[in-house]
Amino acid sequence: MTIQFNDETFRDDYSFRNSAWAIKRFPFPFDKDDYMYSVNMEPHAGGREGSVFDNRFDVDEHYVAEMRDRAMVLDQDPLRCQSLPHMTLAGWDLLELIMEAKSEDYPDLFELHRDGDKWRWINKPMGIDDTFTFLDETTLPYGPMEYITRQTQGDFAVLDQRDDNLWMDAGMITTQADWSLDFDIGMNFFEWHAPVPLAHEKGIFVRALKYLLNIQQGSPARRLNWTMTVNPLLDTSPENYHKWGVQKTTLTPENLGSKQHLRVELQTFFRLPRSNAMVFPIRCYLCAFQDLMSVPKWGRRLHRVIRDLPEELPVYKGFAANRPMMLDYLSKFDDGLPTSPGIWPEVKTEPALQM
Amino acid sequence: MSGATKINVRVSEIVPLNELVTRFKFERTDGGQLPTFSGGAHTVVEMKDEDRTRLNPYSLMSDPADRSAYTISVRRDDEGRGGSLFLHQKVKVGDEMVLSNPVNLFSLDLRAKKHLMIAGGIGITPFLAQIKQLDRNHGNWELHYAARSEDLASYARELKSEHPNDVHVYYDVKGEAINLQHLLDGQPLGTHIYICGPKGMINWVRGTAKELGWPREAVHYEEFLAPKPGKPFEVKLAVSNKVIEVSENESLLEAIERAGVDAPYLCRGGACGQCETDVLECDGKIVHRDHWLDPEEHASNKKIMPCVSRFTGKMLVLDR
Repeated sequence: MTIQFNDETFRDDYSFRNSAWAIKRFPFPFDKDDYMYSVNMEPHAGGREGSVFDNRFDVDEHYVAEMRDRAMVLDQDPLRCQSLPHMTLAGWDLLELIMEAKSEDYPDLFELHRDGDKWRWINKPMGIDDTFTFLDETTLPYGPMEYITRQTQGDFAVLDQRDDNLWMDAGMITTQADWSLDFDIGMNFFEWHAPVPLAHEKGIFVRALKYLLNIQQGSPARRLNWTMTVNPLLDTSPENYHKWGVQKTTLTPENLGSKQHLRVELQTFFRLPRSNAMVFPIRCYLCAFQDLMSVPKWGRRLHRVIRDLPEELPVYKGFAANRPMMLDYLSKFDDGLPTSPGIWPEVKTEPALQM
Repeated sequence: MSGATKINVRVSEIVPLNELVTRFKFERTDGGQLPTFSGGAHTVVEMKDEDRTRLNPYSLMSDPADRSAYTISVRRDDEGRGGSLFLHQKVKVGDEMVLSNPVNLFSLDLRAKKHLMIAGGIGITPFLAQIKQLDRNHGNWELHYAARSEDLASYARELKSEHPNDVHVYYDVKGEAINLQHLLDGQPLGTHIYICGPKGMINWVRGTAKELGWPREAVHYEEFLAPKPGKPFEVKLAVSNKVIEVSENESLLEAIERAGVDAPYLCRGGACGQCETDVLECDGKIVHRDHWLDPEEHASNKKIMPCVSRFTGKMLVLDR
């Protein structure tokens, strides 16, 4: 498969666009017409061909531009990437996992050649051809986690496992939905999830942790999460809230379709073999409302989901003020017809909008 | 399917070490590489013993970085339910077997400034892999290994000759014993303790460490419970609508599997929590043998760990 990489930006002039291919494979997160928190995890063992679930680490048309944006964020704020001293081995685990996966899943884009500890890594889209010694940090320009995550889409939380808990002891976090690695570093699973409403009361985190602690080598898991972002911003961090928070007030009924984006995170979980740590990649996909509305099923469903959410969720996810305007826009794409179960677009079988 | 991902292997070497312990080496049947693992991990060995399938966990003792083979050392247990006897008596070089992907419930805490390992008998095996891992990363460790006699102290000679300053061996028959109080007293700040051995040893070290004010998080231990045999009993599985008979020499989990019901599991030794099952009705007494449920849960009779626990009484109904 050949991917045409977009030349685009996630800041200033916001030239980010999804092609028709990218819209069709967008991971729409709602499998029915309403939404509530749940431990919605399933094995990360492939998925529909061409979907974002197909490969262990999805590479798409935004790859090169996303990596350029990450480099800019790190240049301005190096603390977006941190690794406590005991996490270096986990960093090598992650480097090995990604290099193996990408070279196997995208042989035309990535190559890994191993001769004992001497490794050669070729990343064609980014023009990288490096030779280094596995497990020897001095042979790489960055630590192993930073090196490989500067070349892989999505944020990466690397979690140490001990005392029946997971600890946020390393990470590369530049495309986050308003949380901070620098604030959360060293916290355990319950501490970093403390701000989430409703889910604690439902016992979601106790069950989720139990599930995660038992994830085994070779059996990764995944789930989807979502929020809303005005303008296609990857970096919606607390550190830069003063820059992007105010943009939420620029929404008008006229520009909403192009400016308002549904932000979906494909969250995966892998056991790292040498360190027994976990890696939690959080891959962000953005899609403008007007592009989502090109799929009749998604138009109907998104209106119903947003309309019926309990108030705490829009408040926590930061779109309570814009919700009425969103609903005005979305209601024009909901003719009341039933929707088929599941997240897939079903453009061939789902009827066109009847209004 | 329950349990970790499976690997097809062939037995490539069998080495008797002494009158009780034999070492088995496994290589992939397809000639490929095995997954790397972390020191302290175990694999679940699947044994086809005539009409029944046994699944026993054993610590991986080989070098975690060596992906050509896995090795385990198995102590023969004449009183057990027969898994170790099967390996000792029926398995031959060239036999094909199935292993699970490595699972680690006894991981090193990589924050430790020093790793203090205390082994009893066959409990030496996870430390062999951990030592190889630590040596590669220049880790600071020290091993204290108690065994009955020189003849039965598997790997003591090799360890001692390779690491004369870091390995200390104690023989019961010579009246030698670890001076635990003194040992724990003299450790630098940031030391973590790891214990693998018989229950008495684990309790002794944990208790002494607690008395001396060691933080709970700095004391790690692994005790695999082999499911003990017991009187046969009957269980009703509510979801699958089956009544099953658990025989004397099989565990409740094995009986559930034999009935064709897919139940979750990982360690099969009462430690990981994966097989936790809700009890719907209980007219009798659950014989809890796991390390997973807390004493309140044991007393409530609302949960059971079918990998090691049993039942006596009139009626037990499980949500399975």
